[in-house]
Amino acid sequence: MNPMVQGLVTIIVGVGGCVGYFYFANMVLDRVLYPASGPNAGANINKANRIRPWLFLLPAIVALGLYLVYPVIGSFYRSLFDRSGFNFIGLGNYSSLIADGEFRMSLRNNLLWILVVPAASTFFGLLAAQLTDRLSWGNIAKSLIFMPMAISFVGASLIWKFVYANNPDIGLINALRALLGADQAVDVLQIPFWNNFFLMFILIWIQTGFAMVILSAALRGIPEETVEAAVLDGANPFQIFFKIKVPQIMGTIVVVWTTITILVLKIFDIVYATTGGNFGTQILPSYMMAYMFRDDGRATAVAFVIMIIVLPVMIWNIVQARKEMR
Amino acid sequence: MATVKLTDVGKSYGPVEVLRDINLDVDQGELVVFVGPSGCGKSTLLRMIAGLERITAGTLEIGGQVVNDVPPSQRGIAMVFQSYALYPHMTVRDNMAFGMKIAKKPKDEINRAVENAARMLQLTPFLDRLPKALSGGQRQRVAIGRAIVRDPKVFLFDEPLSNLDAALRVATRIEIAQLKERLADSTMIYVTHDQVEAMTLASRIVVLHGGIIEQVGPPLDLYERPANTFVARFIGSPAMNLFEGKVERVGNATAVRLPGGGIVEVPLPSNGAQPGEKVSLGVRPEDLTVRPDGETIYQGQVSIVEGLGEHTLLYMDRTNDDDAVIAKMPGVQRIERGATVNLNAPPDKLHLFDERGLSYLYR
Amino acid sequence: MSDNIVGERAGLTIAVNIAVVALVVLWLIPTVGLLVSSFRDRDQITATGWWQSPLPVELTFRARAPAADQVEENGVWVVEGNVFEDREQARWFPEATGTVTAFGSRGVAPAEFPPGEVAELRGGATLVVNTDGTFRYESPEEIEGAGPRLYFEARTPPQFTTANYNTVLLADNMDRAFINTLTVTIPATVIPILVAAFAAYALAWMDFPGRGLLIAGVVGLLVVPLQLALVPMLNFHNMIGVGQSFLGIWLAHTAFGLPLAIYLLRNYMVGLPRDIIESAKVDGATDFQIFTRIILPLSFPALAAFAIFQFLWTWNDLLVAKVFLPATAESQVMTVKIADDLLGSRGGDWGILAAAAFVSIAVPLVVFFSMQRYLVRGLLAGSVK
Repeated sequence: MNPMVQGLVTIIVGVGGCVGYFYFANMVLDRVLYPASGPNAGANINKANRIRPWLFLLPAIVALGLYLVYPVIGSFYRSLFDRSGFNFIGLGNYSSLIADGEFRMSLRNNLLWILVVPAASTFFGLLAAQLTDRLSWGNIAKSLIFMPMAISFVGASLIWKFVYANNPDIGLINALRALLGADQAVDVLQIPFWNNFFLMFILIWIQTGFAMVILSAALRGIPEETVEAAVLDGANPFQIFFKIKVPQIMGTIVVVWTTITILVLKIFDIVYATTGGNFGTQILPSYMMAYMFRDDGRATAVAFVIMIIVLPVMIWNIVQARKEMR
Repeated sequence: MATVKLTDVGKSYGPVEVLRDINLDVDQGELVVFVGPSGCGKSTLLRMIAGLERITAGTLEIGGQVVNDVPPSQRGIAMVFQSYALYPHMTVRDNMAFGMKIAKKPKDEINRAVENAARMLQLTPFLDRLPKALSGGQRQRVAIGRAIVRDPKVFLFDEPLSNLDAALRVATRIEIAQLKERLADSTMIYVTHDQVEAMTLASRIVVLHGGIIEQVGPPLDLYERPANTFVARFIGSPAMNLFEGKVERVGNATAVRLPGGGIVEVPLPSNGAQPGEKVSLGVRPEDLTVRPDGETIYQGQVSIVEGLGEHTLLYMDRTNDDDAVIAKMPGVQRIERGATVNLNAPPDKLHLFDERGLSYLYR
Repeated sequence: MSDNIVGERAGLTIAVNIAVVALVVLWLIPTVGLLVSSFRDRDQITATGWWQSPLPVELTFRARAPAADQVEENGVWVVEGNVFEDREQARWFPEATGTVTAFGSRGVAPAEFPPGEVAELRGGATLVVNTDGTFRYESPEEIEGAGPRLYFEARTPPQFTTANYNTVLLADNMDRAFINTLTVTIPATVIPILVAAFAAYALAWMDFPGRGLLIAGVVGLLVVPLQLALVPMLNFHNMIGVGQSFLGIWLAHTAFGLPLAIYLLRNYMVGLPRDIIESAKVDGATDFQIFTRIILPLSFPALAAFAIFQFLWTWNDLLVAKVFLPATAESQVMTVKIADDLLGSRGGDWGILAAAAFVSIAVPLVVFFSMQRYLVRGLLAGSVK
C-alpha cells in the first residue's frame, strides 16, 4: 500500500479508534453498567464517576507503561546478556564498557557537553532576553534568534558545515582566516579536543532561542516596582540585572538549565551528521548508535548509563512537582 | 420549589472538622443568607448543598428527599458563582441554554426559557454576544439568567456580588431583591461576607463561625437580640462595645457593677444568674450618648475623632488590651481629641451576656 | 521597561542596539548561507564563498584549438579562433563573448599566463589568448589528432538557479523522502494529542486515589532517555509482527510524545477556572460532556502548542526513524536521507546538500513562523509556574 494512503488510513483508524474508544467506553459505563436512572441513579452515578478516570487514563497508561516504563527494566535486563542475547554475562557489558577507551572518551565528552551547552545556552538566552526586551524591534530579533528551534539537528549540522568547511570558498571560518592572512585552510572539526566545542556550538545555536523565550517571559514577570526601587536606590543597570532581576528568576533559570541538560543527553544527530564520532568527538548517544543493531547488549548498557546520569534530574523534578501540588 | 433541610450535617477533611452539627430548615420561598467571617465554612456549606462537596456527617434533604449521594445535576438546584463561571467560548444564549441542552430538552422549550429569562434580566440585546464583550454587571446577570433557565427548586448564590465595584454592587443587590419578589415561590440560599447584603436581602440570616451555626433569625432579630457576643459584634458596624462587669442584683431586672464603679440597671430578667457572676454588658456604638456628667457606663478620654459628616465616631482607648470603645454620634460633633467624656445609653438598648458570651435572653 | 526613567543614558541604548544586531547576525548567518548556496550554480559554489555570490565569479574552462582549422603560414602550422566559441562553453557564454583573465595550456595550471602574453610551450609551440577570447596557436609541426587543449580563466556573471532543487527532488528521491516524512509526522502528531487530552483531564479535574502518584510518574517519564526504549521496543515490534514499519514508528512517536503532552495539557487545564467546571456539573453535564464541550475548546492554545512541538519533533527526528523504520529508500525520511545518503555519497556536492537541507527545513520554518505565538505560550505553560 502507498504509505500516504496507509498514513491517511492510520489517521482515520487511529483518531477514529481513540474517539470511539472514549465515546463508547463512556457510554457503556453510563448506560449499561451503572445507568443514571431508576432508584439507584445517585449511587450509580457516583460509582460510574469512580471508574471514569481510569477509563480516560487507560490508553495513556498502556502506552507509557509499554514504551517508557517497561524499557527501563527491559533495557537493564537485556544489558546483562551478551551480543547474541542468550548468554547471561552479568555486568560483563558494563565492565567491557569501562575498559573501552572510546567509551571513556564518550563519557568525558558527554560531561563536557552537559557542562558547556546548558550553561552557554542559558547565558546567551538570558543576554538576548534582557537586551531585546528594551528594543522596539525586540520581537523581530527574538523571532530570528528563536528560529533555529524549528530546524532539525541534521539540518543544523548541514547549515554549520557551511561555516566549518575545510575550504576558504565554502567555510566562513576558513574564509576569515584567509582574510587575516592564513595560507592553509584547517578542518576545525578535526582539531583534537576543541572540535567538541565547535559541535557543541551547533546545539547552543539551537537552544539559545528556547532559553531566551522562557527567560524573557520570566523577566517580564518581575514586579516593575522592585526595579524602580533599585533605580531609586541608585543601582546601575548591571547591578539591577544581576542583583535584582537574576535572583528573582532563579527558579526559571534552573528549569531552563535542566531541560537543556536532558536534551543534551538525547542528541546523537549532530555528532552523527558531522564527524560520525571520529576525531575524538564521540558522545554516549552516538556511541550507543554505533552498537545499535550490532550488539544490543552493549547498546542497552550504554542506554542505561545515560539513564543513570539523568536520574538525579528526574528525582529532583518529581520532588518539585510533588511540592507544587500541595 | 422546595424546602431544604439539614440535619446534624458535618464536614471533615480527614481529622480536620470544618463544619459540625448544622441543623437548619429552609422553607419554600425563603431567601436565607449565610454570613460569617472568612473561613467560617459558609461557602463549604453551600457547596455541600450543591453537591460539589461530599457530606461527611448528617443528612441533607431537598424537597423532602435525602440527597446526600445525589450528584449536583440531579438535585434540582442552580448555582450562581462568585466568578460568574460563564463558559467563555459560548454566547450568552448558549451559556443560558447549556443545562437544558445537556438534559436534551426540546428546542422551542429551550428558546422560550432563555428568552423569558433574558427579558426578565434585560439581557435580550446581548444574547448573541460572548461573555468577554459584556460588562461585569451584565455578566453577573447572565449568570443569574443561567440559573433561572434551569428552573431549579433551589437557587444557590456564592458571594455573587463580591467581584463588582461598589456602585454596581448596590444596583445588582437591588436587582436581586426585585428578582426574589418576582420569583416569590423559589427558595434561595445566599452566601456573603457582607453584612449589608445579608441585612437587606435575607428573610433569615444564618451566622456561621468556626464551623457551627451561631444564630439563625430574621435580620433585625439578629441586630436587636443577638444570641451571643460573636453575633452581637458581627452584625452591625462599628461592632458592639462590650464592657466587663459583675452581677450586683438579680430579679426582673439585673443590676451590673462596672469596673469604673457605676451600677447599671438592665431591664432584662436574670434567668438564673447569681450575684457576683461575671458578665459582659453590650452597647452598640450608635446607642451611646455623650453627657458631660451624671450616670455613666464608661468614662474615658477621646483618642481619635472621625468626622464623617452624617455622623461622628469617637474612639476611646482602654487601659487593658480590649478594643477601643467606639461611640457613633449623629451629625457633626464639636468634641476635641483628648476631651474626657461620659458615655451612657438608654436601658432598653443594653445587651447582657454571660461569661461564655451567651445572651441572657436565651438562657 | 523603564523607558521613562529620567537620566537614562542614550549611549547605553545605542550599545544595546549594536549588541542585538551583532547577535542576530551571528544567529542568522549560517542559515542565510545555506539558503543562498542552495540557489547558486554548483560550479560557482566551490569557486567563491556564498558571501561573494552577487559578484562575478572567475571560473576556469577548457577549450580546444581544433586541428581541423590549422593552416600553414611560413612553415608554421597555425590555429586561430575564439575560446568562447567552443561548444563546451555554451552553458556559460551563450553569446560566445566574454573576458579572459588568464590562460594556460596544462590542466594543473589553467591560469599560468596573463591574457595577451605569448606563452612558450613544449616542442617550440606558442600560444596566445587575448582578453576578448581570440587565440592563436603556432606549432612548428603539423598538428595531429583533435588538436591541443587550452585552458583559460574567465569572469562569469553571478548565476542563480533552481537546478539544485530539481536534482534533489527529481533525481535524488528526496520527493519520496519528503512524502515519507509527512506520512510519519501527521499521525504521530494527531494521535498523541487525543490520548493525552483525556488523560490530562483526568489528572487535572477528576478525583481518584493515586492521582498524585500518576502525575509524579508523568513528570518522571518526561526525562527518561529515548535510548532506553530503542532495543526493547524494536524487539517487541518484531515479536508482535509490526517490525520496522510506519505502524511501528507511529506507535513509538505517540508513546514518546505522551509525557510532554500530558504534562503540558494538564498544566494548562488545571489553570482553567474551577467555577466553570463546577457550574457545568451543576448544569448536569457528565465528565465526558464537560471534557468535550468545555475543556477541549478552552484548551485550544495548549493543544496547538503541543501539536507544534510534536510536529517539529517528529519531523526533525533522526533517531527514532533510524531505529523503527527500515533503511530502504522507500521508507527513508528526509533526515535519514540527508544524514546517511547525501552527506556520505555526495559529501562534496554543496549545492545538492544545501538544497536538500532547505527542503527538509522549509516546512518546519513555515509552521514555526506562522504558529510562533502558540509555541511560545506552550513553552511557557510547560516551564514557568
